[in-house]
Amino acid sequence: MSERENILGRIREALQVSAPLPGAHGETSAHTHTESPASHAREWLPSVGASVEEQFALFAKNAADLKADFQLLASRDELPVALKKMAAAEKWSRVASHEGELSNFACKALGLPVLLTDKGYDVQAMEKCDVGITECDALVAQTGGVAVTSRSAGGRALSVLPPHHVVVASREQLVADLPAAFALLQQKYAPDFPSMISFITGPSRTGDIERILVLGAHGPKQLTIFCI
Amino acid sequence: MSTFVSDFKTRATEKAGDLRHRSVIRTALRSYEIVRDKRKAAFQSWESARQAAAETKWEAINHLDKHLVALTSKLEARGTKVHWASTGAQAREIIAQILRDKKARSIIKSKAMTSEEIHLNHALEKEGFTVVESDLGEFIVQLRHEPPYHIVFPSMHLTRGEIKDLFQKELGDAPSDSPEELTMVARRVMRQKYLTADVGFTGGNFAIAETGMISITENEGNARLTAALPKTMVTLMGIEKVLPRFSDLALFLPMLATAGAGQPMTCYNTMYSGPRQPGECDGPEEWHVILLDNRRTELLADAEQRDSLHCIRCGACLNVCPIFRNVGGHTYGTTYSGPVGAVITPHLRGLQDWKHLSNASSLCGACTEACPVKIDLHHHLLQNRRNASASEPAFFERLAYQIFGLVANEPVFWSLAKKLGWLTQPLQRAVKGSALDPAKAWTKTRDLPPQPRESFKDWWRNRK
Ligand code: SF4
Repeated sequence: MSERENILGRIREALQVSAPLPGAHGETSAHTHTESPASHAREWLPSVGASVEEQFALFAKNAADLKADFQLLASRDELPVALKKMAAAEKWSRVASHEGELSNFACKALGLPVLLTDKGYDVQAMEKCDVGITECDALVAQTGGVAVTSRSAGGRALSVLPPHHVVVASREQLVADLPAAFALLQQKYAPDFPSMISFITGPSRTGDIERILVLGAHGPKQLTIFCI
Repeated sequence: MSTFVSDFKTRATEKAGDLRHRSVIRTALRSYEIVRDKRKAAFQSWESARQAAAETKWEAINHLDKHLVALTSKLEARGTKVHWASTGAQAREIIAQILRDKKARSIIKSKAMTSEEIHLNHALEKEGFTVVESDLGEFIVQLRHEPPYHIVFPSMHLTRGEIKDLFQKELGDAPSDSPEELTMVARRVMRQKYLTADVGFTGGNFAIAETGMISITENEGNARLTAALPKTMVTLMGIEKVLPRFSDLALFLPMLATAGAGQPMTCYNTMYSGPRQPGECDGPEEWHVILLDNRRTELLADAEQRDSLHCIRCGACLNVCPIFRNVGGHTYGTTYSGPVGAVITPHLRGLQDWKHLSNASSLCGACTEACPVKIDLHHHLLQNRRNASASEPAFFERLAYQIFGLVANEPVFWSLAKKLGWLTQPLQRAVKGSALDPAKAWTKTRDLPPQPRESFKDWWRNRK
């Protein structure tokens, strides 16, 4: 018998005796949920406000708490200006990015040499880039974070290898809360999910030395989210 | 006395009296409590969320076979190789075989308590592989050749000064003792390792049966890089990590972050559903997932304590435990310490050897209250005490209780014992805590309260 069958066999044998339900004080009657216990999560998670304005305000506040830089731009034309200012201040010379309507627009505005990941790339070259510019799947008001996937954001490494991660998003990508973000991803991709889905909530951090917050542990030290 | 008990007692006595240790731990955990309480308060209903999380894990664990079958068939459909290991030795061999097949030399690891559980690093190093821990805290304790102090905060027992000295000695690079600069030293060391490692190794926090995904929670980005750059990826995970649905993560991810570290969300929560897929530009060519039993099925067979498999390893019960805070993580001598370690270790490693951990508790219930998935931790500790004494009653303990029963049930004996107490207690004071003191175990570090001159019975009889 294979180990798989051994383990499954032991599990099935163990489960012949039923366990008390949580909070049921020893009761073990059959558990018949018609819906998942977590399906009301929205009612328990932190509240997000009803209007889109409130949700943008919440996103901005959460992003600031996380030490991410969130810039809600009034129009598309403001993006090149904001990006160029940033590039000059941080002396960017090399950019890594991927094909996409917004990411192409951002890269073109910068006019710097761009490493595109779409058709494969050299990791050592990406490591030398000053910034990784990606699109995303959603901005989550509830957490101040973004959801990216290997398909929407130029693969797995682009959003973590360069020291500065810049996300370019559009306003319609804002979702209220985590349940909405998961529903969106499922709707958009199931059953053919990208091999990586990542919720990025603030720049990389650690507290492993005396629990003191340090940004840029292994991933980006800076996270900027432009929303147009 | 088995060496496990005596080792525990020696270490506990030493640590409990170590004021430096105490102040380091207190400082680290004080800030934890403040931010955690703030994040909990941000929930509209933390209590309802806990109940739902408990029910979700109940559903997952009580249909574990079904969920594991669904999980593996989804994973395999997208090219992931799934392996099953009944024991730690099997898991180690599976992993070593993958490394040999790939002719790998160097392995970059992100944090995984399961690998501590099966002592993976040691086994791989013995075979000549180079293993580097990439999580900062794990990297620090690896340099010190010691196990993680805490399941979430591996290096919380060290001060910045100690870490600076360590980096200076082991890496020859420690510009100052600022946490910022020390973190950057580790970042520099690790960067090239990601780019050149042959294999990336990770653990898993949740496995989603519905979609065939493994979700990894981390703050540093080291797991993201580990799962992005090396050509082969290996993931080791306990079989109990399953959740039924993708959408369950919308509840579990913020709860894990809140209970574990007082964060709204951990920085990176990443779901992997396969190796690099057609049309994708990076990611490993091969992904091996090892599902580990290692006596979890024995815990499953104990219906009374089955819910301890609901544990999401957030560490909250350790953080609030008065015993953990005084004796520290290494004293336990186990992979999983604190209340949850005291509950599960006797199942995973033998009741008689580890039953003493059930006594390392004041039964205050702080752990149960802190647990985001509502595991009845302190009652399980009590049940372990009961099971241990039922399976192998200690002769002297039984004798002591029999004598006590006899004395307490006979009024003549009882009043005699009382008088004896009045006579002998002043003498006891003279030898307090020394080898001559029969109450030494108690009086070495405490005072024996004086027996009142008048007993309740006398008072009742004499009252007007
Ligand atoms: S037992 Fe509960 S509180 Fe303790 S680590 Fe597990 S989930 Fe967290």
